[in-house]
Amino acid sequence: MLVLTCPYCGITAEETEFKPGGEAHLKRFGPGSSDADYESYMFNRKNPRGVHFERWRHAYGCGKWFLAARDTVTLEVFGTYRAQTTTPPADLVATIAQKRPDWEGV
Amino acid sequence: MSYRLAQGGRLINRAAPQTFRFNGKSFTGFAGDTLAAGLLANGQMLVGRSFKYHRPRGIVASGAEEPNALVGLGSGNSFEPNQRATTTELFEGLVAESQNHWPSLDFDLLAVNNLVPQFLTAGFYYKTFLQPRAFWKHVYEPIIRRSAGLGKAPAPEARDPNRYEQIYAFCDLLVIGGGIAGLQAALSAAQAGARVVLWEQTAHWGGRAPVDGVEIDGAPAQNWIETTLAKLAALPNVQLRLRCMGAGVHDHGYVLGYERVTDHAPDLDAPRHRLWRMRARRIITATGAIERPLSFAGNDLPGVMLASAMRDYLVNYAIAPGREVVVVTNNDDAYRSAIALRKAGIGVPAVIDARAHATGPLPEAARALGIRVLTGKGIRKVKGRKCVTGVEVCRIDSKGTAYTDTFSCDAVAMSGGWSPVVHLWSHCGGKLLWDDRGHFFRPDPSRPPLGADGAGFVQVCGAANGDLGAVLEGAHGAGQKAVSAPLTPAPAQEKLESEAPMEPVWIMPRRAEYDLRTKMWLDFQNDVKVADVQLAAREGYHSVEHTKRYTTLGMATDQGKLSNINGLAVLSDALGQPIPATGTTTFRPPYTPISLGAIGAEARGATFQPLRKTPLMDWHAAHGADWEPVGQWRRPYTYLRPGEKRHDAVNREVRNARENVALLDASTLGKLLVRGPDAGKFLDMLYTNMMSSLKPGACRYGLMCTENGFLMDDGVVARLDEQSFLVHTTSGGADHVHGWMEDWLQCEWWDWKVHVVNLTEQFAQIAVVGPKARVLLERLGGMDLGAQALPFMGWREGKIGGFDARVFRISFSGELSFEIAIPASQARAFWDRLMAEGADMGIMPYGTEALHILRAEKGFIMIGDETDGTVIPQDLGLNWAISKKKDDFLGKRGMERSAMQNPLRWQLVGLETVDGSVLPHGALAVKAGLNANKQAITEGRVTSSYFSATLGRGIALGLVERGPARMGEVLSFAGEGKTRITARIVDPVFYDKDGAKQNV
Repeated sequence: MLVLTCPYCGITAEETEFKPGGEAHLKRFGPGSSDADYESYMFNRKNPRGVHFERWRHAYGCGKWFLAARDTVTLEVFGTYRAQTTTPPADLVATIAQKRPDWEGV
Repeated sequence: MSYRLAQGGRLINRAAPQTFRFNGKSFTGFAGDTLAAGLLANGQMLVGRSFKYHRPRGIVASGAEEPNALVGLGSGNSFEPNQRATTTELFEGLVAESQNHWPSLDFDLLAVNNLVPQFLTAGFYYKTFLQPRAFWKHVYEPIIRRSAGLGKAPAPEARDPNRYEQIYAFCDLLVIGGGIAGLQAALSAAQAGARVVLWEQTAHWGGRAPVDGVEIDGAPAQNWIETTLAKLAALPNVQLRLRCMGAGVHDHGYVLGYERVTDHAPDLDAPRHRLWRMRARRIITATGAIERPLSFAGNDLPGVMLASAMRDYLVNYAIAPGREVVVVTNNDDAYRSAIALRKAGIGVPAVIDARAHATGPLPEAARALGIRVLTGKGIRKVKGRKCVTGVEVCRIDSKGTAYTDTFSCDAVAMSGGWSPVVHLWSHCGGKLLWDDRGHFFRPDPSRPPLGADGAGFVQVCGAANGDLGAVLEGAHGAGQKAVSAPLTPAPAQEKLESEAPMEPVWIMPRRAEYDLRTKMWLDFQNDVKVADVQLAAREGYHSVEHTKRYTTLGMATDQGKLSNINGLAVLSDALGQPIPATGTTTFRPPYTPISLGAIGAEARGATFQPLRKTPLMDWHAAHGADWEPVGQWRRPYTYLRPGEKRHDAVNREVRNARENVALLDASTLGKLLVRGPDAGKFLDMLYTNMMSSLKPGACRYGLMCTENGFLMDDGVVARLDEQSFLVHTTSGGADHVHGWMEDWLQCEWWDWKVHVVNLTEQFAQIAVVGPKARVLLERLGGMDLGAQALPFMGWREGKIGGFDARVFRISFSGELSFEIAIPASQARAFWDRLMAEGADMGIMPYGTEALHILRAEKGFIMIGDETDGTVIPQDLGLNWAISKKKDDFLGKRGMERSAMQNPLRWQLVGLETVDGSVLPHGALAVKAGLNANKQAITEGRVTSSYFSATLGRGIALGLVERGPARMGEVLSFAGEGKTRITARIVDPVFYDKDGAKQNV
């Protein structure tokens, strides 16, 4: 059972206090979008072996959604950050790149 | 036969005899005995029958690895099967029974299985009993179930009277295992200031060291153990816990600890078991090692025991395993047992050593005591049927066709070397190394389980690390390293006799022929023999994981404790590859079984989950409520009058609502306040229709869809003021819709100025329904509820009878209806007042079933009945509620997909059976003919079906292929078995099609 730190309230808590929300940084495709774009938005999810960005909600705490960068193999948590962004923070990306030289990047 | 010696026994108190019963016979042991020790002290060598062959089995081990001595403990409500006699502490009045025999332990008819072992070889259930097919269910399976298996479950009506609890805890370092390595590691970390917790699964600290005669700093290990314990107990940052087993190591330092609080003392007023849910920053496992059996013919007879276990019984409990004990070994450690037995006055006719030479200090000490040592030899077979009568010895490298020596004996001590207990290290991904010297797997320190910070969070010390010699120095270093303390020299040193290397012997003799191999047990508990693993290898089971499942090697409670390495070695040999190439099976938690009681703990009965209560729940309970669970709420399905049947109560409630006046507790309805300058824009995105154009004082019904376009929730939205909307959701959907709104506001449109508050429990909602509803409310006095002042789909705030009320003119029944939101604190008084004022009018409450019937008569959909996550609003004829003006809303793009435009989609219709009966809920409409797979072809299904008291017949809603275009057609619905029920497609609105009754 994972331990995550909510970037809003600063509380470090275990997985049962959070609700998972799947892949982070999806771009919404609504009316007028192509079938391919809509399909990718709705159904095509990354399932990487290694670095992954995920959505989590501090459901039984402050209620805020946040994002987490995590290694799906080693379960290392590189960091958590607020959800109001379309890309991960640059310093976090740099940290991951340093720890995982083979990572293809965001 | 085993017996108690007149002297000795470091753990027993001879002044405190304890009476216990085994299979109805009364025995006496001493305080401090385990049940296994108590049985052996009374000469009870036979303790159970084996899994498949019903062979007589005795105690093999002295700890958690015991495969045979599984017993049923207690009786009645407290009965528990499959408990290990070796880990059960004796107490006065203990009751135990043996398992898996019929009719009795001593005389087991099912031992005939033993005579036809070829039927029960590896994978027998895939191979035999296949024909005739009908025999499987009625003949073979019942017989196999009767003969195979271990304990029986308690009676279905039994209810465990014990308490169980769970506790969360946190520490810097958790040390699992209270032998000398664990004690040293804990002390070294604690003296550096860390918060340390130390668990030991048995009732005693110190592990094997006192039994093995270890000296520390020139004194017996027991002295050091006591001094160290005193130091630990004096530190405020240390918690010591006996009888607490580290059951599993999980992600990010999460460890389950299984503490057996009162198993040894059932009269204590405490929870029986406690499950520790520990978060440890770092973990040290000091879980020791388990001795391996040797594989020789007849190694499963009662009286054949691990050499170390014999030493344990002798030193700890003063038990002689027999009068004459032959020791068989491939290492020096077993000589400790030979020496200890001889010194206790027990005969040791011979030590049979598979190695060519045995010249170390331990073998020499044995020889000095006059014990005969045979080298280069092995046991050909053990003689005896229910107990050991002797052994035949042969050359270790022979085929074992003939014996070179024979010995009479009544017990055999075997030692095949040691296997570190690596389970906890491996649970969370720690990797193993093959150790060529000890011939075992041990933890690879370069590949530990990784924590949230990417660093290893588990270390191992002592025998668990493969250190079979001195351990204190390593344990001291591990303790300091785990808490990042500066490293200092080890404070204590132990002294052990040096040992020559062991020599692997996987089967004995090495070239044994089939008739011997088929009597060599690898896994005693699951009755797996050398020949079974070899057969599996020949049949193509090359993966160790496959072989495990095919042969059941290491399954059940064994989990690789005794059988693992020997089984791997035999498989590797059969495959012609080294053991590390075969690898191990996966170690999974728990290390030993933990009770279901501890897993459930307090979550049982009324505390299983929270119960949400409306302010009117007590009233319902006092008035015959027949409860129905709705999420975490409970709602009255109907209100039963004395002697009334459910069906009659429901019909009475439906008729009363149509003809008179009725009340519904609708408080569970979700009530979300959506407020802010962008609230209208936000709701336009969430609902398929337009909400921003709603005027304050007005209500609008709306549909919410997922991005797939599938209907998710529905309800009425009321605009409170320019910036505020009150969103009503379904009862079950309130929390989900609230979360859904937060998701979009926080993660997609975070610059929109909107906030959402869940007011569901702040307000009760009472629906006053029926032709006389307005008359009743006017009796209470207050705000104007006339058709002009409060038109249909309007809402007003004011006072009714002095109560603060927000009145919505909305109707889910088709009747004149006022849904009145009342602050929760006033709700009961308001309800009581309505019931009192309406008494002479025949007012009645109605439950959820009447609510469903009333809405179905009107053709109103219900989320979860007419929808199932694949239904779009257009399927339900709700096109009118989908805005054509909006560029975007959630689900709009999904609805544009070609599959959603398919004219053959199943669409909402009403259904009336030809004979007036009620269609089964969920029934499928079946077309003539079969599809390519020879299955029936369906063209629709029933989504709601009721008896309509208003119409006096069955009515149903359903989804039917092109349904609305097929009005009047008769469909055939599948009933039970091959029965078919015919029903006609009709308009889904069965009652008051013009809405005249609600709009008055």
